[in-house]
Amino acid sequence: MNLAELQKKLIAAARADAPGDHVPYAFEKRITALLASRAAADKWTLWTRGLWRAAVPCVAIAVMFGAWAFLAQASAPSSGDLSQDFENTLLASVDQSDQAQ
Amino acid sequence: MERTEAELISAVLKGDAASFEPLVLKYSPRVFATARRYARRESEIEDIAQEVWLKAFDKLKSFRGEAPFEHWLMRMAVRTCYDFLRGHQRNRELSFTDLSEPEDDWLERFVAAPESASENADAAKLLVERVLEKLSPQARLVITLLEIEDRSVKEIAGITGWSVPLVKVRAFRARAEMRKIVGKMAKDKYL
Repeated sequence: MNLAELQKKLIAAARADAPGDHVPYAFEKRITALLASRAAADKWTLWTRGLWRAAVPCVAIAVMFGAWAFLAQASAPSSGDLSQDFENTLLASVDQSDQAQ
Repeated sequence: MERTEAELISAVLKGDAASFEPLVLKYSPRVFATARRYARRESEIEDIAQEVWLKAFDKLKSFRGEAPFEHWLMRMAVRTCYDFLRGHQRNRELSFTDLSEPEDDWLERFVAAPESASENADAAKLLVERVLEKLSPQARLVITLLEIEDRSVKEIAGITGWSVPLVKVRAFRARAEMRKIVGKMAKDKYL
């Protein structure tokens, strides 16, 4: 079998078989509707993206305040006993009113 | 009064998505014809055409108007078809044992007298479709553009974004790949 000739024939067959160019009914309407729905979805995407972007500075601020609170606690005079410190803090207002009297 | 293409494109870029519709209406036949070169099922063809138009809408800002809109769009269509081929590399096992009767008959006619086997026969079209399906995506793209659509190497380079020497190398490899597949078809039939 002459393979080169067969290949040539098959290419000629493909050339002779031009594809159809028919378009499904209302295809352009479908594309327009898709674009419109995508635009609506985009608003939500923008909102979500905004929230995610806002989350980063929020976390940064929380970490900063956490660090500040930790360092302030470390430098403040403490008895070293958490329960004692808690009680002192809780009763600070009572102590202050006693001193005022 | 009917708006020109440039006016429509400019309106779309200003946010009037409805102005895109006349462009879709005008060029969809060409987009569908291109998609039908690479996909067989109508659902796949519609998916490709839809993707082409969505990409065209998203990338319209990159259209500078130096070349006709149609050329820009067709480049996008061919690239989308190529992506489709790469994503759907099915049925590429090199076996031709399931040829239909008309395909068998056409091959036998060709072996007996090559000139008697008409390239216009449906069986020949089915056979070439089988052969093309077994090509790698790259080879299929090159064979389609170069041999079937009769485009120049320079045109193919423009469409695919490959350099001219690269197109030549890929064309050489694609022809060799097709020859191998045709050879396998002959072997399966007669050995």
